[in-house]
Amino acid sequence: MKETIIIAGFGGQGVLSMGKILAYSGVMQDFEVTWMPSYGPEMRGGTANVTVVLSDSRISSPIASEFDSAIILNQQSLDKFESKVKPGGILIYDTNGITHAPTRTDISIYTIDAAAECARLGNAKMFNTMILGGYLKVKPVVKMENVMEGLKKSLPERAWKLLPQNEEAIRHGGEIIKQVR
Amino acid sequence: MADKEVKLMKGNEVIAHAAVRCGCDGYFGYPITPQSEVMETLMELEPWKTTGMVVLQAESEVSSINMVYGGAATGKKVMTSSSSPGVSLMSEGLSYIAASELPCLVVNCQRGGPGLGTIQPSQGDYFQACKGGGHGDYHLIVLAPASVQEMHDFVGLGFDLAFKYRNPAMILADGAIGQMMEKVVLAPQQPRRTQEELLAQCGKWATTGKGERKEQNICTSLELQSELMEKINERMQAKYREIEQNEARWEEIECEDADYIIVAFGSSARICSATVEMARKEGLKVGLLRPITLYPFPTKPIEALAERGVKGFLSVELNAGQMVEDVRLAVEGKAPVKHYGRMGGMMFNPQDVLDELKDKLVK
Repeated sequence: MKETIIIAGFGGQGVLSMGKILAYSGVMQDFEVTWMPSYGPEMRGGTANVTVVLSDSRISSPIASEFDSAIILNQQSLDKFESKVKPGGILIYDTNGITHAPTRTDISIYTIDAAAECARLGNAKMFNTMILGGYLKVKPVVKMENVMEGLKKSLPERAWKLLPQNEEAIRHGGEIIKQVR
Repeated sequence: MADKEVKLMKGNEVIAHAAVRCGCDGYFGYPITPQSEVMETLMELEPWKTTGMVVLQAESEVSSINMVYGGAATGKKVMTSSSSPGVSLMSEGLSYIAASELPCLVVNCQRGGPGLGTIQPSQGDYFQACKGGGHGDYHLIVLAPASVQEMHDFVGLGFDLAFKYRNPAMILADGAIGQMMEKVVLAPQQPRRTQEELLAQCGKWATTGKGERKEQNICTSLELQSELMEKINERMQAKYREIEQNEARWEEIECEDADYIIVAFGSSARICSATVEMARKEGLKVGLLRPITLYPFPTKPIEALAERGVKGFLSVELNAGQMVEDVRLAVEGKAPVKHYGRMGGMMFNPQDVLDELKDKLVK
């Protein structure tokens, strides 16, 4: 098993922390893991992305030419990474702010309206875990119990009171994700 | 999960943990992206409350390297870390420390240069680390980690080599290795050396107070009599030959039957190891030789591959072509040696390297 994922969006959307939860979940499942962020000025209001690799054997490169899965949270990232998904791979995107939908026909495409759903629920903080839940529904690479452990590991102890809310967001994300093709 | 202490950490964070755990006595630094997590993590760990290790933010890199110089002269296990422009500021101090034959550890988490450049990953400081940086005929022992685990392991190794040869050691990492998170197994906590242990190890040269010695120990890089300064140089050069003889480290991946060899270190080597997998799937016999020590450079294994009849070498670096010179010296014209690189903080991916390899070497 080897899964190479790119998560990309605006700085502040929780892109890096979503990757961190996924990486910790992989550790809990005894996978080899790499988490390679874009860093620096990109974190301050511009675009942010992180490449996470989960594998049951040694990971060669933490930097990939193409990805098994792409989780895309803004138009710039869609423009940049749509072509980098392997044929037969998956692309998940939030439709919020997307003006030009993906056009490829050789990959599976899903939408998840997590931004709108978070606005409806009045809780923007659950945005990234909801998206993560959508991804895990489509690609259950890690067991849910390990995701919950990974979530706990990636949060400071003072935020553990938010664990039930996040668990609910992950579950809800799995419900609202839709396959486009 | 087993109870083994497996953590998910950034390379920079691991440097801090490894320093505390190997019994480091003092860290002196000044923040700079992309290595600032080293001192941040040390400040969070508060080792002065547990092992007694000193952690101090100096007012500049010039100060921090001279604090390291002072600490090293007393036989203490001291270190600093920085990124490219900060290491340039330390170069004078490094030359002094090397000339005074003192042990210390310096971490350079390289970023794109020259000048202030960018804050993204680069390997543009190979020349600076391996060929000088500071003035005069000296060398640093240079270790190039390619994983977060090696960032951890090379802190202890760097100190061991530095003390063994009384010479500064450098971990030459880059922004990618520093910022990346991977699984790491942390070493158990070692106590800091007691003063008795320090005297047993360093009493012949360290400035610990004259005590019962007949002569004072003096640590200096100044010798105004040229005849004597040449003798000092000769002694240092003999030490470097010994280091070259004994301490070259490297890793070979699929080199045994390879027609083409990629030579790459650090984060580039990680990327190129995926290139090797891709090439092999296409039936192209490519291997990777990864120098682990950049000084001493693993000349012999490269020479041996060239003698075996390898058809070409590609030196893949995040710079304009620096290590390629050492690869050429090792190959000595027995096969073509080409370079591929990106600069200024840009990175290549495994496919880019494969395309370049085919373009430059495979006919």
